[in-house]
Formats: sequence, C-alpha cells, structure tokens
Amino acid sequence: MSYNIIVLAKQVPDTKNITGDAMKPDGTVNRIALPTIFNPEDLNALEEALKIKDEYGAKITVLTMGPPSAAEVLRQSLFRGADDVILLSDRKFAAADTLATSYVLSLAIKKIGKFDLIIGGRQAIDGDTAQVGPQTAEKLKVNQATCVNDIVELTNDSITVNRNTDHGSETIKTKLPILLTITAEANTPRPPSVKKTLTYKNALSLIEKNDYDEEYLKSNKKPFVIKNWDHKDINAKTERCGLTGSPTQVKKIENIVLETGNFKNIENSASGIKNLISELMSEHIIG
Amino acid sequence: MSNFFEDNDDLVFHFKHVDLDKIIEFREDNFAKSNKYGYAPKDLDDAKDSYEKILNITGKIAGDVIEPNAVEVDELGVKYQNGKVIYAPGTKTGLDAMRQADLMGFTIPRKYGGLNCPMTLYCMAIEMTSRADAAFMNIFGLQSDIADTIYKYADEKLKDKYLPMLCDGNVTSSMALTEPDAGSDLQAVMVKAYQDESGQWFLNGVKRFITNGNGEISLVLARSEEGSEDGRGLSMFLYERDDKMKIRRIEKKLGIHGSPTCEMQFNDAPAFLIGKRRVGLIKYVMSLMNEARIGIGAQALGIAEAAYREAKKYSEERKQFKQSIKNFIAVSELLGNMKVKIEAGRSLLYETAVIVDMKNGIEEHIKKYPEDKKKYRAELKKYTALANMLTPMVKAYNSEMANEVANDGIQIHGGTGYMKEFKAERHFRDARITNIYEGTTQLQVVAAIGGIMKGVFENLIDGYEENNDFNSLEVFHKKAKKMVTSVNEAINFIKENNDKDFQSYHARRLVEMSTDTIIAYLFLKDAKYSKRKKEVLKYFLEYALPEVKMKSEIILNKTSSFLENKITILEDNN
Repeated sequence: MSYNIIVLAKQVPDTKNITGDAMKPDGTVNRIALPTIFNPEDLNALEEALKIKDEYGAKITVLTMGPPSAAEVLRQSLFRGADDVILLSDRKFAAADTLATSYVLSLAIKKIGKFDLIIGGRQAIDGDTAQVGPQTAEKLKVNQATCVNDIVELTNDSITVNRNTDHGSETIKTKLPILLTITAEANTPRPPSVKKTLTYKNALSLIEKNDYDEEYLKSNKKPFVIKNWDHKDINAKTERCGLTGSPTQVKKIENIVLETGNFKNIENSASGIKNLISELMSEHIIG
Repeated sequence: MSNFFEDNDDLVFHFKHVDLDKIIEFREDNFAKSNKYGYAPKDLDDAKDSYEKILNITGKIAGDVIEPNAVEVDELGVKYQNGKVIYAPGTKTGLDAMRQADLMGFTIPRKYGGLNCPMTLYCMAIEMTSRADAAFMNIFGLQSDIADTIYKYADEKLKDKYLPMLCDGNVTSSMALTEPDAGSDLQAVMVKAYQDESGQWFLNGVKRFITNGNGEISLVLARSEEGSEDGRGLSMFLYERDDKMKIRRIEKKLGIHGSPTCEMQFNDAPAFLIGKRRVGLIKYVMSLMNEARIGIGAQALGIAEAAYREAKKYSEERKQFKQSIKNFIAVSELLGNMKVKIEAGRSLLYETAVIVDMKNGIEEHIKKYPEDKKKYRAELKKYTALANMLTPMVKAYNSEMANEVANDGIQIHGGTGYMKEFKAERHFRDARITNIYEGTTQLQVVAAIGGIMKGVFENLIDGYEENNDFNSLEVFHKKAKKMVTSVNEAINFIKENNDKDFQSYHARRLVEMSTDTIIAYLFLKDAKYSKRKKEVLKYFLEYALPEVKMKSEIILNKTSSFLENKITILEDNN
C-alpha cells in the first residue's frame, strides 16, 4: 500500500557554526548572524519518510512554520524526494512557543486531511524542548511514539518501532495513524538528488518577495510555487498563535561556558569506592 | 562538514573562467529538450547554474561521505570470498550516496537517465572524488567512460537496455582489455569470441588486472576473427555478468586498495557485439581509452591536491626549533612547488577537457544534422588533432606530477609521513598507479609525439596568440615566446635528423618541453583574471624557461651517446 506521510520540519540556526556575534549583548540569540540549516533530526525524519516511500510507495508532504526564508528547508525537501511542501508563514505566527506552534501545525495537518504517518525530528537544536511533536499528536488525538530510532515493521494499519527510553529502549507496536519523532541514530539522511535539485531549484514561495518577480512567472519553464498558508487559510484563532498564544515566558538567557574544574582519580577498587561514598555522604551529596 | 568544490578556490576559479558556452549549446542542442525533462536547462545561464549545483552536491558527497571513509577503505581493502568480490563498507556507502544523488550517469544523455554533462564537468567531479579517495574514483569514473562507449557505438537495443541500468547506479561496470600476454600491446589479445548458428556471441579466455571486473557489466575486447593475429581481428563485446564468468582471484596491490583488480575467466560466456567487427581495438578501445586517460589525469590531480593539503596542514602544525616548519624556506619552497605544479596540471586538464568537449559536441551535432558536416569539417579536424595530442599530455603530466607531489608530501611530514598513521603514505601509494594504468607515461609520449612533430603544438600556440591579448603581461609573454622558440628549434632539429631512434630517444624530453610551454600560455590566460595567478605565472616561468632551454640544448647537441653505447652501458663488464 501507499502511505500518506506528513513530515514536520524546522529551519534552525546552525549552532555548530557559531561565530563571535552569535549572541546579542542581552544574551538572546542573534539569528541574523547565524547561518540557517535544516534541523538535523528533521532531516532524519524526512529520510525515514523517504525510506518508506522507496519501499512501499508514499506521498510525502513537508510542513514547516517559519519566516519566508524557511522556504529553503522546503526546497531542500523537494531536492530529496518530497512530493509536496507547505510553508506556514504569517506575522501572526511569529515568536511562538511550543504550544502555539503545535496549535498551528495541527490545524494545517487537519487542512491537509488524510494521513497515515506524521514524522518529525525528536527535537530542534535551537530550543531542545522535544515538545512540538507530542503536543501536535495530542491536539490531533492520534497515537504517538517519541524518540524512535528504528521502524521495525510497517503494515497496512499498524507500525512497530524501537524507541529510546530513559533507561534503554523498547519495541512497541501500535495502530496507524501515528505521529513519530525520530532520533539521529535512525538513519543517515541521503544527499539531495541532482535531478530533483535541478527540477526544483527555482521553486519559490510567493512571500519570498526579494527573489520572486514577474519574470520568474513568465520564464518558459513552469515555475514551482511553494504553497503558503497564513492564519486564515487554516482557520486559526490569532489569540492562540505566535507571541500572544505563547504562555512561555523567557525570564533570562545566560551564556554558559562549560569549564572543567578540579578532578580526582578514584581507584577502581573496593577501598577506592568506599572512600568516594563516604566523601560524598560527608559532603551531603548523597545519603 | 566539508565541500570539496567550495573549499577549492582554484577549482572554482577554473569553473568560473572556463568557456563552456559553445559546448553547452552543442550538448543541449540549443535547448530543444528543455521542456521534455524537468531537470534540463532552458538557457546558457540556467545550464551554468545547474552545473554549479551539480559540482556542489558532488563536492559535498566527496567531502562528507567518501573522504571520511577513505582511511578505513584503504585498511580493509576489497575482500575475495568464494569467488565473490566484496567492497569495503565505506566504498558501498560512497556508491550509495552517488547513486542517490543521480551522479552515476554523469555524461550520458537524459534520454537514458543521465545528466548530459560535458567532460569538463565530469573531470571536476573526478578530481573531487579522487581527492577524497582515489580508489573510489575507479568505480565511479569507469562507469561514465563505459556508458559513453556504449552510447557512442552500440546499437539502439543495447543502449536502451544497458544505459539506464548504468545511469541508475544499481550496477557497476568494467572494461576488460588486459590479458597476461597483452598489456601495453593490446594487439596480442587472445580471449576468443565466437558465434553459434543463431548468431549469438560467446567469450572464452582469461582477462587479467581488470579494475572492477566483478561489475555487472563489462566491455570486453576479444578476438572475433579466427586466424587473425593483429588488432584488426579484435572486436568489442558487452558482457552482462552471469555464472559463465568466474573471478579467479583479485590482486594484492601497493595502493588503491578499495578498488578490486580482478582476473576474469570467461567460459563460453554469452555476449553482445558492440558496433562493427574488427574495429574493437582500433576505433572503440582507442576512444574509450582516450576518455579514460583524461579521467586518470583528473584522478592524479585529485590525489595531488589531497597530498598537498595534508602536507600544508602538517607543516603549519608541526613545531621544530620553536616554530612551525612551514616557516623554513626549505619546507615552504617544497609546498610552493607542489602548489604550482597542481595548478599547472589543473589548467592543462580543463583546457584538454574543453577541447575534447568541443570535439565531442561537433561530432554529436553532425550525427543529428548531417547537412552541417561541411560547415564543421575544419573545426572538427582541428579539435580532434588537439584532443589527440593533449589527452596523452595531460595523462602523462598529471600522473607524474601527482607522484612528485605525493613524494614531497611525505618529505614534509618527515618520519611521520612514512608511518601509516598519516594520510601522506596512502596518497603516495595511490598516486603510483596513475602513471602506469590506461597506458604508461612512456606510451603517452608515443601518443603525444606525433601531434608535436606534425604541427599540432604549433597550431595550438598560434591559436593562443591570435585569440588573446597578452600586452599587460608583456615580460611574461616574452618568456613564453622564448619557450616556443626552443621547442620549435628542437622539433626542427629532430625533423632534419630524420632518425627514428633519435626521435624516440628524445620524445619524452620534447613532450615535456611542449607541455611546459602550453602550461605557460594557460597561466598567461589565467593571469588575465587574477593578480595571484600572475605571481604563479612569474614563479613558474623562472624555472620552466631555463628547463625548456636546457632540454632543447640537449637535443640540439645531438645527444645520443646512450643510443650508440647502450649495450655497453647496460652490461656488467668493467
């Protein structure tokens, strides 16, 4: 059978390539100074969807919420084999926390309609909350399996996955439809396909105004227009979107530099460990 | 995360300045198919933009996927178990990535699933993948050469069946030419091809030293004309792997460990004739070989680039006498020589590739529009002659250069360079095959000398003079012209002497002099775009001119004592 899969993707600052001006003096992230990338675990999510497409056939729709520039992750998705992409971009969506984000995503998914699987990365490298996936599943009232590192089996109506837990891993079987969040260990994302890259290299969203002009539409090759949905398109209540819909308050952001302090060598023997335990107890760290 | 295209300023320089317009027009047949394939370009700018994207994707795979596995691939090598050849896991990972990225049918027309890229772009891809892992290139690079030969010479039925398979990358391939008694002398090929009553061809015999002979598709040179003894009795066959061919063994080699070198035994193996009988060697193999030779020129360049980068990095990190060893002139001069030789090789490679692309473009155009044959006759003749001279030149220059650069790379590392822990020794081992396979340097000299003696070199230089204004580079231009004079004096002297042995004896010298002179002109052209290239040109000429003069003097002095006394010199009888 062929599956309908929705992949949730996010454009994030490339926190691995941090330059000197990555943080503003007030301690917040200077997004302009950071190059943006496809959130790494979302790329794993897309790869998992593409693997299903390769094996069973699937229609993959990639969904992202972000500024107009987030269309780039949608192009990257098309280059790898996504069938359709949707950009959720609206000033009303700006500065959303996980609650407001999952609200918008769930409404967009409802508008898309039919789906067997929703797949996202476990978490984004800018926020590290790992909440958007689970909250979206809650709002849609569908099963969810988080921290999935392997899809063991997929049938017409069920799925078996292996997922990481705090103390190890577990294999679970459940019914479709389902929302999965995927970890980096699940797969190695494929490189973009040259043919697809050349086919979709001019794909543009109507709100990427700087690049989009009349000439583009008139060009003798059929332009691929990336769909853009705003709050009206998905019937979202503005008070539940963006900053107004976000109860999370950032009190303070600190720039923490991790430093190694003094360390002790503990001998791996009964007496060594005994001494360590009594030291920890005397310092009231344990006991 | 590294991108072997973006991080290579000189490669990007060549991509930006190489003149691809005419080539693209031929290749895209004036964009007639741009609406048929979604990934076909609509105009020149679109094509160039697409090329850049292709190079970026290839560069990223080379840097992020292939290179990180190269050390392990070299250590594990290829395994041979129960008649089966097993690639190192890293090789498989690299091939998967290239397949997923649609890069296995690089030069093949879109009709068969390829990317329809010119040779120039393909050479850039080979340079990058070879910088990552020279052994990997053998499997990737062969594929396009083989597909190209099938495309050029096989009938439609074979093309329709096999080209999409090769482009998809689900199969790999080999060209099976060499035999135990037929190496440089392919006219001695003995593998027999015979037909049954239905017309089906079968192959019998042994091929040796076959790169990737385990591949699913092989082009096999075999003797189809019973009783014949020379090259005119040989035809080319397409063989699809079945149980009628056994891999008897794989070779243990000095380098390129990730690339299997197989001995193939054909036992009445069914095969298809490619093109016409009797021209397998003289037409098809020569064509296949010429493309493969440019590929080796690109492979050697990639190895040299890798060796240089490792040496440079080490020279900056290694401290002796309280400073980086790079600060010592003895070390930095070595690095400077390596770098300039690499840039020389790169200029020569992409010049050659462009000329080959022009030749191929015209040939393809004439095939489609026979009425234009007359119009392009002179141009085709010119580019064919240039391609025939420059191809062996670039193969010889770059492969010898890669050996020198990799050797100096170890020297800069000192004792550590001799150890397995560093990549320098691998580059040295990998480079060593490049001046042997696809024809030794000695054979490249034989292939290039004809053009030099028949005025092709002169025509090429005349073309540079006519089409370029070197006024702003007058001092250097004068030096380059002096080099031309020296080469011409040597050519004329050899002609006047009219002695075959004398010509053979000095052939390599003459090829080297001509190559250096061509490079001087290519650097002159490059210097028009870049201040830095002007300094490179200056440095190159300081040594190249005296060297060419010296070699010319050796020839003009009628140096031949070795020829006269070789028996005495080679024997042990003091």
